[in-house]
Amino acid sequence: MRILETEHLTREFGGVIAVNDVDFHVEKGLVTGLIGPNGAGKTTLFNQITGMDRPTSGRIVFDGVDITGLPAWKISRMGIARTFQNIRLYKDLTVVENVMMGLHFKVGSDPFRHRFSQAIRSYVFASRENREVYAKAMDWLSFFEIDEHAQDFAGSLPYGKQRELEIARALAADPKLLFLDEPAAGMNPAETAHLMTVVDKIRKLGVTVVLIEHDMKLVMNICDSITVLNFGMKIAEGTPNEIKHDKGVIEAYLGREEEED
Amino acid sequence: MTVLSGGLSPSGSLLFISEKDVSTISLYMQYIVNGLTLGAIYSLIALGYTMVYGILKFINFAHGDILMVGAFIGLLIYNALTGGEAAAPGAWTIIAFVIATLVSMVACGLLGMLIERIAYKPLRNANRLAPLLSAIGVSFILSNGAAWIFGTKSRRFPYPFENEPIHIGSITITPHQIVIVAVSVLMMILLASFVSRTRMGKAMRAASLDQPTSMLMGINVNKVISLTFALGSALAAVGGILASFDFRVYPSMGTMTGLKAFVAAVIGGIGNIQGAMLGGILLGILEAVGAPLLHIPNGMKDTVAFAVLIIVLLVKPDGILGKNEREKV
Repeated sequence: MRILETEHLTREFGGVIAVNDVDFHVEKGLVTGLIGPNGAGKTTLFNQITGMDRPTSGRIVFDGVDITGLPAWKISRMGIARTFQNIRLYKDLTVVENVMMGLHFKVGSDPFRHRFSQAIRSYVFASRENREVYAKAMDWLSFFEIDEHAQDFAGSLPYGKQRELEIARALAADPKLLFLDEPAAGMNPAETAHLMTVVDKIRKLGVTVVLIEHDMKLVMNICDSITVLNFGMKIAEGTPNEIKHDKGVIEAYLGREEEED
Repeated sequence: MTVLSGGLSPSGSLLFISEKDVSTISLYMQYIVNGLTLGAIYSLIALGYTMVYGILKFINFAHGDILMVGAFIGLLIYNALTGGEAAAPGAWTIIAFVIATLVSMVACGLLGMLIERIAYKPLRNANRLAPLLSAIGVSFILSNGAAWIFGTKSRRFPYPFENEPIHIGSITITPHQIVIVAVSVLMMILLASFVSRTRMGKAMRAASLDQPTSMLMGINVNKVISLTFALGSALAAVGGILASFDFRVYPSMGTMTGLKAFVAAVIGGIGNIQGAMLGGILLGILEAVGAPLLHIPNGMKDTVAFAVLIIVLLVKPDGILGKNEREKV
């Protein structure tokens, strides 16, 4: 079953076509990789889907609902979470507070559409609610094995841990679909190896994952399906094995990288 | 200082305090009481500046004029309900006062949201100076609009209750001072608990920490901003009504009071809600005590507030409770 589908998605910046007529789809429960050389339009595609930017033309359908051009907060409320190439945490809050933020603003709930009685209840029992949210946040942290840093400021964590915290916070909001934009960028091999176990854990939770990544070992190991972009166009899609042997892909991307090595 | 020199005066023993000292002490106690009343009003108004700054990093210079609008609306409704000056204070005048205040809060809350929508939102991605100039424009529109509609004559806000001064020792407290402090404290407690205990309050705090990240958490930042303007303006309406007991109601009443409330917000640490409360009270007391202490003539009294501002900006530019913000590169 397809949880996400784009139809003829196109984004032009001035004369440059960053994403060109892309039909990208994600199967529910699988880990999908999005690869391609720098400037292929991967992050632009992410930005269209998560509402950070509006497509020039085309359609995006998530879970049967057309989400083309909706604002980012609405899309995130519908269940699409994402992380960024440059990490976006509340740097002046502690690690556990960051995750609590994800829990407070869970998918599906709208702080402005609370029923009045509910609002009063949560006002009266605010401290109890906070304790519960705190406990849940700690659970998420131990799930990702960063609970020892719970009281540290998010900005003071080592880079790899900040990445994992960003993922933990995104998951705490209970999304259906999680986009990871270059999660392994800037990580050392040990951190990357740990990241692989993290993605595996997420898959086991039943959350669908889409990731942009340049680390081919990581992509080939954890992705069930891979889509390749080049110059804004989709040039291939299939299983890791099919992609490895796709002539067009090797020419456009893998081949060039091997030469550099 | 005077208190100490009284106690330790070389002319007498440690325990002996001369009659002159007693009257000086009680005089300053009186100033402090007066300052507290003034400060409570500054705090209420300062909250609006600080909440908007916390989220948009922008000083809403029309905020002072919203308190004037609030005072006018409150006065008109109060007069319509009671018949104005002629009404003898009683239960009905107090109920009318509460109704007038609540209606004025709602009206100003809506006005604040409307102003944000029309004058600031379209400029959100513009040069930082643009919304500031727009705010000054709105300020002129409000004060001149009020002058056009109501005339420039100043009006008295009648006391809705018996205002017989109460004497406690040598200090005199009038009921309207008690009302000012009580209402302000109530409003501040309500606001503080709203911000800390409700999800909307949490959304506000989140947005003030980091807007783009909050948007990703599913927070509708536009609504948070509207809410911030509504709350700040509603508090300004209360501040305006309370201020009009002492200062009367006229179209430019918001200018100086608004400016001083802004100073209070900066002193406390702009963007910090507790800071605005503390800054307001502190500024009120400093103003009331400082002028007589430094023998500043009455007409120059306002210089105290701005002198305090300059000193705070020199010594602790982030304000008393403001955190040291790292330079963003």
